[in-house]
Amino acid sequence: MTQKLKYERPFIKKMNTGLMNKFGTQNEATAVIDIDGVAIKGLVTEYSSPLFVLSEKQIRRNYRAALRAFNTRYPKVQFAWSYKTNYLNAVCNIFHQEGSWAEVVSGFEYRKALNNGVAGEHIIFNGPQKTTEDLLLAIQNNSLIHIDHFDELYALISLCEETGKKPRVAVRVNMDTGVYPIWDRFGFNYENGEAWSAISKIVASGKMLLVGLHCHIGTFMLSTAAYGVAAAKMSELAIRCKTTLKNPIEYLDLGGGFPSTNTLKGAYLPGVDTVPSVDDFAEVITTTLLEAGFKHEELPLLILENGRVLIDDAGYLLGSVIANKRLSDGRRSVIVDFGVNTLFTSLWYDHKISPAQEASQHTDNVVLYGPLCMNIDMLRESVNLPALEPGDHLVVHKVGAYNITQWMQFITMRPAVVLIDEQRQPHLIRKAETLEYLEMPEVLPEYLKGVK
Amino acid sequence: MASVTDTPLVIGVTGLNAIENPGPGLSVIRSLREGFPNVRIIGLAYESLEPGIYLHNLVDKTYLIPYPSAGSDALLQRLQHIQAIEGMDIIIPNFDAELQNFIKISPELQKAGIRTVLPTHKQLEACSKPNLAAFGKQYGFSVPKTVSISTVDELQVAADELNYPLVVKGKFYEAEVTYTAYQAQNAFYRLSAKWGTPIIVQQFVKGTEINVAGLGDGKGNTLSIIPMRKLYITDKGKAWAGITIADDKLLDIAQQFTAATKWHGGFELELMQDKAGELFIMEINPRFPAWIYLTAAAGQNQPVALAKMALGEQVEPLTDYQVGKMFIRYALDHIADVSEFQHFSAFGELGP
Amino acid sequence: MKLKTNIATSDNGFIFNPATGDSYTSNPIAAAILTMMKAGKTDADIKLQLLDIYEVESKALERDWEDWILQLKDANLLEAR
Repeated sequence: MTQKLKYERPFIKKMNTGLMNKFGTQNEATAVIDIDGVAIKGLVTEYSSPLFVLSEKQIRRNYRAALRAFNTRYPKVQFAWSYKTNYLNAVCNIFHQEGSWAEVVSGFEYRKALNNGVAGEHIIFNGPQKTTEDLLLAIQNNSLIHIDHFDELYALISLCEETGKKPRVAVRVNMDTGVYPIWDRFGFNYENGEAWSAISKIVASGKMLLVGLHCHIGTFMLSTAAYGVAAAKMSELAIRCKTTLKNPIEYLDLGGGFPSTNTLKGAYLPGVDTVPSVDDFAEVITTTLLEAGFKHEELPLLILENGRVLIDDAGYLLGSVIANKRLSDGRRSVIVDFGVNTLFTSLWYDHKISPAQEASQHTDNVVLYGPLCMNIDMLRESVNLPALEPGDHLVVHKVGAYNITQWMQFITMRPAVVLIDEQRQPHLIRKAETLEYLEMPEVLPEYLKGVK
Repeated sequence: MASVTDTPLVIGVTGLNAIENPGPGLSVIRSLREGFPNVRIIGLAYESLEPGIYLHNLVDKTYLIPYPSAGSDALLQRLQHIQAIEGMDIIIPNFDAELQNFIKISPELQKAGIRTVLPTHKQLEACSKPNLAAFGKQYGFSVPKTVSISTVDELQVAADELNYPLVVKGKFYEAEVTYTAYQAQNAFYRLSAKWGTPIIVQQFVKGTEINVAGLGDGKGNTLSIIPMRKLYITDKGKAWAGITIADDKLLDIAQQFTAATKWHGGFELELMQDKAGELFIMEINPRFPAWIYLTAAAGQNQPVALAKMALGEQVEPLTDYQVGKMFIRYALDHIADVSEFQHFSAFGELGP
Repeated sequence: MKLKTNIATSDNGFIFNPATGDSYTSNPIAAAILTMMKAGKTDADIKLQLLDIYEVESKALERDWEDWILQLKDANLLEAR
């Protein structure tokens, strides 16, 4: 008997004679069948679908490359892992193992960092909300408290009086860096003198140690020049602290905001071709600091709180095709088993999506929908994919940042997360949620029990 | 005068879209054919209806290439495939949106034997529409006041500063003169949907439109400058007809531009001369304009000079040109068979 | 289902609909089916032949056949009945 031919659904595709669409459509026909040498099919079989997969090798590679970009240019550099980007303990501990401090923005993140064994003085406490309890804990542990507003400043002064302790603090500064809108909702403004006023109050109070200055000028920043402006303004403040207030500044924390190579929705060229590299940012920041007028031995420690750029491309989301469906206007759509609640970043990126099994080069333009019974659940409005069968797998790329913290339990449960170690061994680092887990915090009043 | 080589030159050219808002490709090809009668022209097209694909007297063979939005890797792979068949000596890209990718892959193209004459990413960025105001300030050129915005809410702020009428421009192409907030908003939505953000909002300057096509050697010297006054402008703001003119001020501004930027390759300055005679740089196009054949007709064949630069020949600055040479653009319905369209659409190539 | 008689198909899988001016490409199996349809074979015959040539279950083929006919209808390539 002769070998039968491989089957593929028959389809015809209209040749385009419409207007030029300069955006074109990305062709994603090339199959990706493994991650770090571990077969996707095997991962899905063992851990079910959908499934987040993180590559430890890539995380460490990103961290080391980024650190090298800075410490080959500047003598004193410290990274602090941005917990909100991805606070799975396994992930945090990889960064801590590499030497990273912790940067947290809430009480629970703070406690997570402590539980991960981070020394109190290596935890940076940012953010507009820190409860009295949080602040007391941070003071006790000698952590770095970054003050966001005057109410917090005054609250801290009273706590210092009550406890008799002298916490180490920094002032968060916002400023015009030529990138708009200005993130002026966080911290004290540089241009209108508010930042200087806060600094002066802290020093004059004599109740706290002003050890640092902090800024975080935006997110997914595509301009390196803005960091040059920020570094220059921060340096000016630091030098003024020393000369005018006789309070030398130990560190400048320039925050995060470096972009990953994802393609933003609405962007014309893909992220990989347009996003500045960490080296580009490092060059601008360190050159500015080195030329700002510090004596060499008085150069402040440079702290960076990068998240996204260190982990986005180390994360993958594996999923499966549920169904093919033709829409009323003739377009093909594919329904998959992960929705916008799981892949939160699909709201602002056009994620690259690849088939996870060999397929023909004949592709068709499709709309990609998630499984939610909600109209908003659309992952890609237009993507070229080969014919897919129910049960076929897909890989979404560069999902390591913000998904595993912003995902929602909505209609479907949050999936499991697997880490592939440097020896290509997969480890389950977060179990898939279950109904039992979901209902654990629920309390059912007695009179509503046993309702038929 | 044509370069003496045994095998004919093979030159790849993009921008074959000679439609109502024409790409410069066909003009570049006409210019090249005058300087190199035996040249083999490889068309590089993004769409199966770019007219150049079907004009076999101008383009010997056309290949489909991936959209800029597919990224530089996809472009490089496709060009390497084409190179294995065609052995191109030079590629002349003619499309603003593709330059970023071509510049990025130019070292790899060089390795494959394909030479290019392109500005650097830095030069491209410095002259881009969103950075024009800063560029003018840095080098002392008059430019209209410009604000780059990313959200529709910022329109109001821009309007307060610049006053209506406002010119609303897409990142790469297209501009609309708007007289009311409503029109400006519509323009914002339309252009950002098509070209992404930022959107450039510019002060409207009234005056005479003059364009200058130039060629820089990358060291600060200008090898050719041809100024052209638009005689009639279509509703898309494109020249319908134009004429070469002589004015030392125009030559000066082009020379200042190349000296300041050390521009490498072809460029076009879109200028506006107001009533007082002041010249504003409205836009800098980092490539040849669609009317580039007029430079050949007036005696300074810029595409040929660029090709010689690419081949490493010493190109002396061209100084003389004929004033009063005109171009009148015309539309022609070229006839083709559906089989050609189908063949190109399906196989991504057409021609012997 | 019958293809309109004046539909032009080529070995490369091109389809041209002279009534609308639209052109289409097809994947290899679609091209094979079109050839069979043009030869006047019945749906049942074509399906049998496909089951014979391709690695596919009749259930899956049946499901895809629905979609196939929908595509042809959408492209205005079928004879009205």
